[in-house]
This record gives sequence, structure tokens and C-alpha cells, in this order.
Amino acid sequence: MCRLIAITSNEYFSPMENILALETMKEGHDGSGMGLVLKNLGGEFEELKTCPILSGICSKEGIHILDDYMNKLGFKLKYTWTPKIKPVKEVSRRDYYFARVYDYPDEYRNKSFDDKEDILLRTRVTLRKIGEDDESIIVFSFYPDILTLKEVGDPLQLGEFFNLDKSPLKAKIIFAQGRQNTNYAINLYACHPFFIQGYGSMTNGENTAFVPIREFLMGRGFAGYIGYNSDSEVFTHILHYICKQLRHPLIYYKDIITPLKESEVQTRPDSEAVRLLKISLRPLCIDGPNCVIGFTPDGTCFMVQDAKKLRPGVVGGIKGKYGLVSEECGLDSVITQRDKSQDIFPMKYDMVIVEPDAKEVKVWNQLQGWTITTN
Amino acid sequence: MEPAARLDHNHELALKDFPYIIRWRGNRCNRCGKCTAVCPMLAIEPSVILQRVVQSESPTPEPKTVRLVVSIIKQSTDINRCCTGCGACTLVCPNEAIEPEYNPQHKFLFHKNKGGYPYRRGGRRNDPKPSTLDRLRFTRISMLTDPALDAGRHEFRIRTYLGRILSADELPLKMVNGRLEVDKTLGKFIPPVREIYPVMIGSMSIGALSPTMWEGLAMGITYLNEVEDMPVVMCSGEGGMPQRLLRSRFIKYFIPQIASGYFGWDEIVRTLPHMVEDPCAIEIKYGQGAKPGDGGLLMAHKVLRLISEIRGVPMGVDLPSPPTHQTKYSIEESVAKMIQSMSMAWGFRVPVYPKISGTRTARAVLNNLVRNHYAGALSIDGEDGGTGAAYNVSMDSMGHPIASNIRECYLDLVRQGKQNELPLIAAGGVGKKGNLAANTAALIMLGASAVSIGKYIMQSAADCFGDELNRCNICNIGKCPRGITTQDPKLYRRLDPDKVAERVVEVFKSLDIELKKIFAPMGRSTELPIGMSDGISSDDSAIAERLQISYVC
Repeated sequence: MCRLIAITSNEYFSPMENILALETMKEGHDGSGMGLVLKNLGGEFEELKTCPILSGICSKEGIHILDDYMNKLGFKLKYTWTPKIKPVKEVSRRDYYFARVYDYPDEYRNKSFDDKEDILLRTRVTLRKIGEDDESIIVFSFYPDILTLKEVGDPLQLGEFFNLDKSPLKAKIIFAQGRQNTNYAINLYACHPFFIQGYGSMTNGENTAFVPIREFLMGRGFAGYIGYNSDSEVFTHILHYICKQLRHPLIYYKDIITPLKESEVQTRPDSEAVRLLKISLRPLCIDGPNCVIGFTPDGTCFMVQDAKKLRPGVVGGIKGKYGLVSEECGLDSVITQRDKSQDIFPMKYDMVIVEPDAKEVKVWNQLQGWTITTN
Repeated sequence: MEPAARLDHNHELALKDFPYIIRWRGNRCNRCGKCTAVCPMLAIEPSVILQRVVQSESPTPEPKTVRLVVSIIKQSTDINRCCTGCGACTLVCPNEAIEPEYNPQHKFLFHKNKGGYPYRRGGRRNDPKPSTLDRLRFTRISMLTDPALDAGRHEFRIRTYLGRILSADELPLKMVNGRLEVDKTLGKFIPPVREIYPVMIGSMSIGALSPTMWEGLAMGITYLNEVEDMPVVMCSGEGGMPQRLLRSRFIKYFIPQIASGYFGWDEIVRTLPHMVEDPCAIEIKYGQGAKPGDGGLLMAHKVLRLISEIRGVPMGVDLPSPPTHQTKYSIEESVAKMIQSMSMAWGFRVPVYPKISGTRTARAVLNNLVRNHYAGALSIDGEDGGTGAAYNVSMDSMGHPIASNIRECYLDLVRQGKQNELPLIAAGGVGKKGNLAANTAALIMLGASAVSIGKYIMQSAADCFGDELNRCNICNIGKCPRGITTQDPKLYRRLDPDKVAERVVEVFKSLDIELKKIFAPMGRSTELPIGMSDGISSDDSAIAERLQISYVC
């Protein structure tokens, strides 16, 4: 089972905080990989918030192909960040890790953000397809103010490998997954957190409903619903489909993935809408053991459980800094000074929502509505 | 000269030519005559023979030959009175003196066409081999990485939907204070959708079934709904429904069927203003898995007073349903207009769906329905479906198995992204070998939203003798020895409707437990695993390839 640590704060912090939490939670875990998604970036990226950042890994040949393709589209390279690699025996180094900041092509400069998001997604998908067979190009995200790093290996050693403890790389929201490889060969595209057009999520568990959900998403005719090297990628795409495509509020994500019984739906003030959504999105119900931790474009972070609450997950912290983690000891290592009695362990009907800038924590209950607010 | 044939019986059939041979033990028989009275085929009769007996009556052996006139039970060698192996004789015999025995060397089909009349019967395809459904295994067992659910402890919701489902981007929703509400100002039509149990009792008419059988089924499903909170529904079959049921609140558990004979619909339409509840749905029958391309026939001797009243026809006449709806000349007429008309009759509050035979052209029908927003589902009845009466050739040689038919239809919907919009109902051979839960779960994982059963419930709830070795299968002649498919009061009074209802409830309750036992280890509990094809495998690589599932050995 994967280890998860998301930290959201009103101040910039280093991803090493997440990595140290993963180390705390490591007991009994093979540490076969790590994924990091940084949002609301600080440091050298603070002045580049509106420009899209392409995060990925290339071979020596791949970077030339990537440059040619980006030039052809008219993206202008504005800034390049590369980690200062420190060789670590257990981590096999690839040629070129990067986060490149681009200017939009001229014809997109005055277009709407929806149009810009569309070209960013199509570009990422095409680059992925170009480099997929020989792994010459691996791209994780292409979006403003989002940076992604993924590699195979133990999280602490990867922190050393990427020299993150000395790097000025910081962000206000950082999601990290310590990968426990189970069903699949190690493939970086199978590594959480997953990201699509402002929405990201990571999960501990297995998704028993994966095939019907994947088929449903792939049938939506949306270019970004591809990949699925991990059965957990669908959780991110469901989030995107509900909030971005259908434009429904975040709380309905919970109603879709863990639908209520008809007798329970009747108790809701919005029962008509909930019933229609439940029926129309029946294939998106998750049944497997899952704790999903995600974020939305405005910086809201959340945690939800499957309907049987089969996986661990806890949210806790202090005003201005909250952690959403799979194991409580991970939270202990990140936010030591918090009042533990205020920790929230979401149960089957709950969705814990941490507001942007970690201002407050609210619990949305499918049956009771808003139940707990901490600030 | 007298032909030799008359002397040596050369043109008569031998018992060895018959599918069932009566094993009668004279030394156990007390000659009560019950077996000959009960035999629906008159295949056995009392007879006398002159018997040579060697006996000795003295203390020391003194054998003498005597000739006695002995009464015996004799099996007829008339092909029209052949033993069908039902075993009613064995049931009534007080002394275990008689039973039919299957004869695998029989030549029944070579001879059963006397007078130029092809063999007609009831039942289903005479193929005792396991069906494709029985070759499927559930192989995705959750273990450690995704712990299995507990069928006894966790909450399960085994329900499905019947009715056209709008895609999420078509829903007329608006946001008010952070909550979603239905925007009624848009005037968008939201099709009716019913939440039902995923196994329904398929269309068997009052007429094909005896009054006691139909009543037993109806009571059983009403009990399941009202007491057990299991929304099992039942289709009427063609031929209408009793007035007292149409006017009752229980009609919501029933699906009236309209078919090409339109029998019973005068009565239904007249009752419409007096109905206090809407029916669950309306089924339009275009085809039947057991006899695709063939019509129905309720023979004159089954059309007694009750049937004539319900169907609105005179007594004692043959009631043929044509193979097709004679007033319709195209798919637009047959499907679009008819579905729309039936929807309109109930104010668009009732789902209306067609039922077709399993066929290679099912996808064409499916794609027509996908574009018809009033179509509530598509029911496909595979070749192993049962019937009350059909030509043997139709049953044994015509039709399409349900497994690949439902799979290709589902995958067609997946390609269009519409797999949740038009529910597929699978029928035809579900539970043929008794594996009702396993067959149901397999069909759901291949893509069905629900399944329909007929023969299985007759066998399990009313002990129907019929099987795939052509045992009994005389539903067509009105002499059902169990009283299931007859209108003869002497026969149907044998069947206690309370006992049938009790068995229906037992069958569904045990089915529910077995389905949980399948779904729990696969980690599914809240929604049905529709299309969860990674959960099933076959030990036959050709089946696996055709169904696009994994092969295991």
C-alpha cells in the first residue's frame, strides 16, 4: 500500500518535509518509487506563475526531439530548472530531468485560459506518445505553476539524488507518494500523484472497479483521458470530469465515487440532482479500498475514503499548515505542534476539505452536510 | 400373398428407438393403476399377457410348467404416445415399481413427424453440454493488496436500473448556493428510470402458464418487494393480466408485455384510467430466443374461460402470434413509433423497451435504440431461452448464444461512450445448469445490466421436469404433469400457488447471498460490476478471445 503525504501551507516549504514524512511512514514498505507534485511554486518560479511548466525526463536524443516539437508549435523556452543530480548508488540515473518554463505561442497569447489549457494538454499528450515506446521522452505535466518529479527508488535516497535538501525549490502545496509497487512493472507513468488541467490526486489502495471506470472515461471523447498505467489515475480524471467538464461543485465528487443508497438520497435537500447524478454516473462508483487525496486549481485540498473506509487517512495541523496523510506518524513528523485531538479521520460519508492557503478545515458529510470546521 | 411385414412387425418401431424406456418391475407392482392414469402421453397402459411359469409346490423339487394370465404395464410403441421421461409415474407409484430410463441410442427425431407434422414441443434447446456461461470463472480475487469484502458483514447493494439514462452532460442541473438543483425551466425530458433487482422473471404468459403457476410467481415477487425489500420484477408475457392486478397497487412490480398478437391489450387499455399505480415498465416483444423468427401459438385446448376473458378472445380457438408485428413495415415503425406510443399511453412515466432474439443483427437494433431517447433498454434473449410451444427445429437449430451477443453489444456501446445510457438485459439459458448466481454475475461482467430468467424459475419453484435430454417438454399440449403449463383444472390444481410463491422467495434470497459471495471477493459491493471483464476468465482460449477476456488454464 502506498504512503501518501500532502502538505498545504500559507508559506513556501521544501519537498524534503514530505520526503521525511514518507521516511517516517516507511516501516514495512519497499519504497520502490516516489512522485512529487508541487503547486503554487516559490523560489525561482515565483515570478513565472502564468507561464506553463513542462515537467519530465528525456534521453539525450529525446530532448532534441522535444525541442524541435516545441519550437514547431511556437512555444518559447523562457527558463529551465534542472535538479543538481547527486549520484546515489541505488538510483539509476536517467539523462535529463527538467522543468521548463515556456511562453505561449504568439497566436495563443490573447486566447482564453480554456484554449490555453487545451493546447497545453494536447502538447503533453503528443509528447508522451512520441516518446512512449523508447522512453526517450517522459512528460508528467504541462501547466502553469505545477512542477512534477517522479523516479524509481527509495524516497529519501531520491531526495538526496535530486539534491532537494539544498535546493531552493519550494511550494505552498506539495503532494508526495511513496510508491509500493504491486501489480505492475515499475513505470513512471504509473506513479502518483496524477495531474490533469489543474486537478491532481493520489491514492493508497487498489481500484477494483478500474476497467468499467477506464472504459467510461475513455468514452468521454476527451484527449487527456488516456494512460491508465495505474488503476488510480482514474480518480484524478473522475475529479477533472466532475469539476472541470461538468462544472459541478467539489462536494459532488464524493457523491459520485461513493453513491448513497436511495433511502439516504431521499434525506438530502438536493435529492433530485443527487439521484440523477448517481444514475448517470453509475460507472464511476469506486468500490475498492481507497483513500483519495486531491487538490483543485484554486488550491483546495481534500481527502475522501471509499464507502467501506478500508484504508487509513488522517488530516491535521495548525492554521496555515495542514497535512493530509495516509499514516498518522507521517503527520506527527510534519506538524509536531498541532493539537492531536483535533485530527480528523474521515469515515465513509465524509470529505475533508482544506481551504486554499490552509485557512480552515471543513468536513462535508453526505448525509449531514457541513459538520466540522476548524480554523 | 400377405406381406411379410405384417407377420414380423417390420414397420413398427422397437422400444430401442424411443428416448425413454419404461423399467417396470412386476414383482413390486400392486396393479393400482395410478401410473397409467397419470401418464400425460398415455405412453403406458395396462395389458394382459399369457405367462409361462415354472413352479414347484411340494417339499421336494417337482417343477411344473403352468400358464397364467398376468396383468402388466406395457409401453406403447406409437411414436405419438412415446414416453417423454417425465417420471410422473414414478412419483405416484406407491411401491417404486416403475421408472423411465433414458436411452441414448434412440432415434426419436427420425420418426416424430407422422402425418407430415414436424415435431413441436416446449422447453429449451436440447443441448445438455455446459453453455459458454458455465465455462466462465471469476478469477480476480482480491487478496492482501485490495482486501476482499466480507459478504456476511459488509453492506451490499445489488440493484440495477431499468430505463433510459441521460448522460451526465445532458442533465438539466443548475447550481444554487453551492448545491445542484434540477432546472425545471429548461423543460428537459428526464426519462423514467426504475431501480430494480438485477434478476427479473422473464415473460411467461397467463395461458402459457397455468393460473396457479402464474399466481404463485406473482405472489412470490410481491412478497419479495413488500416484505424482503428486494425489488424483483416480473414480465407478464403476451396475453394480458388479470383485472384485479392491473387495478391494484402491486402492478408496479410487473412489466406488461405487448407482442405481435396484441392479446390482452384491449383490456389493459380499457383499464388504464382506473390504474392506481404505473407498471414497472412495458416490454415490446419482437423476438424470442427459443424460437427466433417464429411466432407464438396458444393452442385451442388451452384457451378456456379465464384465458378468453383476459385476452379478450373467444374460447377454444387457436391464438397465433405472428413472427413479426404485422402492422409495422420498418424498424422506424416497429421500434421508434411503437416505443413512443407505449410511452405516451402512460404519460412518459413508464420505461418502454424492446425484447429481441439473440441475433447477429442485434447491434443494428441496438444502434437504432441508442438514437431513440424513448427506448428504455434492450432485452436480448439467447438461443437457450425456453418456450411453451415451438417447432423443434427452431429450438434446436435457430438462434444465437447470449454470451457473445451481449458482449459485442456492450462493447459497441463502450465504443460510443454510451454503456450506461441504454441498459442491456440478457436472457436465454441463465441458470441452465443450476448455476443461477454464477451465470448472472458472468453476464453482468460481460456487460449486461440485468438478466431475465424463465425456465430456471419453473424448474426451481415448481419442479418442472423439463431438461435438455428432452425430458417431458410437453408444455405445448396442455398436459403438463406438474400443472405448470396447462389450463386443465384437474392438472393445475395439483400445483399449490403458495408453495410456488414460497420457493420463489427462497430462490431469490439464496441467489442474493450467492451473488454477494461472488462480488465480495472481487471487491464490488455498491454498484454492480457491469462490464468488469477483468474479473472473469475462460479455460477455453477461443471463448476468451471472442469475449475479450483472459484465458486461464
